[in-house]
Amino acid sequence: MRFAVIQFGGSNCDRDARYVISDICGVDCDLVWYKDGLSRPYDAVILPGGFSYGDYLRAGAIAARTPVMKDVIAHAQKGRLVLGICNGAQILAESGLVPGVFTINAYPKFICRSVYLRVETTNSPFTSLYRNGDIIRIPIAHKEGRFVAPEDLLCELNDAARIAFRFCDAAGNLTPDSNPNGAMEHITGVLNETRNVLAMMPHPERASEEILSSEDGKKVFLSMITHIEHAKGVTS
Amino acid sequence: MIFLAKITISLKEGMLDPEAMAIRHALGNLGFATDELRTKKLFMVRFDAADAHDAEEKARGMCERLLANPVIHHYEIEVHR
Repeated sequence: MRFAVIQFGGSNCDRDARYVISDICGVDCDLVWYKDGLSRPYDAVILPGGFSYGDYLRAGAIAARTPVMKDVIAHAQKGRLVLGICNGAQILAESGLVPGVFTINAYPKFICRSVYLRVETTNSPFTSLYRNGDIIRIPIAHKEGRFVAPEDLLCELNDAARIAFRFCDAAGNLTPDSNPNGAMEHITGVLNETRNVLAMMPHPERASEEILSSEDGKKVFLSMITHIEHAKGVTS
Repeated sequence: MIFLAKITISLKEGMLDPEAMAIRHALGNLGFATDELRTKKLFMVRFDAADAHDAEEKARGMCERLLANPVIHHYEIEVHR
């Protein structure tokens, strides 16, 4: 099993993501410079957080049009896993791999703090080890993270249970105060139609060790690893 | 022929514009009362095209493939020689 973390100019959570995959979860993980492309098959690709291209134009817009994204799209089309975290989520939305857009926060400043999320579906390779309705604590760190989608798309996402996480309070309620960036319907984690691509604004790699005050995010990576192990077991 | 395209990207009607709200608030602090403030992004792009129609098509392609995000934006194009 092998993961890849793609580094764009301006990525800054690439090493954190690799650290969690390799040192905490014990799975091989390559850092791949975006100009090198995906030169071998990977079981999962992570687009990490950061400020690719300085967030010029729109966060993620320029990275989404780099040639390596053709490799990522081809990888996803084979049913393999893609996880976009923060800037990675913005890149996935800009590339069309997940629907909607992550745009400037309702209160337009950078927010960096721990928030509560409610796990909205366990029917995905990224959330299978959680329980439905679990309340988890994971940090956010973004200025452009407000999820926006047209009404019909919101219906579609709800109907197909493609919302992975919503912002909530400590008790799991969707109160206005618990929605830090003003996201539509508190949405901050979205799956693609085939459920093998997840875009999420919160940083699970920053909440994967008790020493960092929460390891609630670790199950995102462990769910992915479990999914891959299972898929390999079935095919071999 | 060299054309200059003036491309204006704006938020669709009804979309929240937090930057505009913050700017309007700051104008208020300076004593400027305003009823409305919207932000738009203007791109001036010079490029070669066969004719005005071709230039417009190319500018439209730029909008649809990069400059605008169709979920939240609409765009206007003016082409000049």
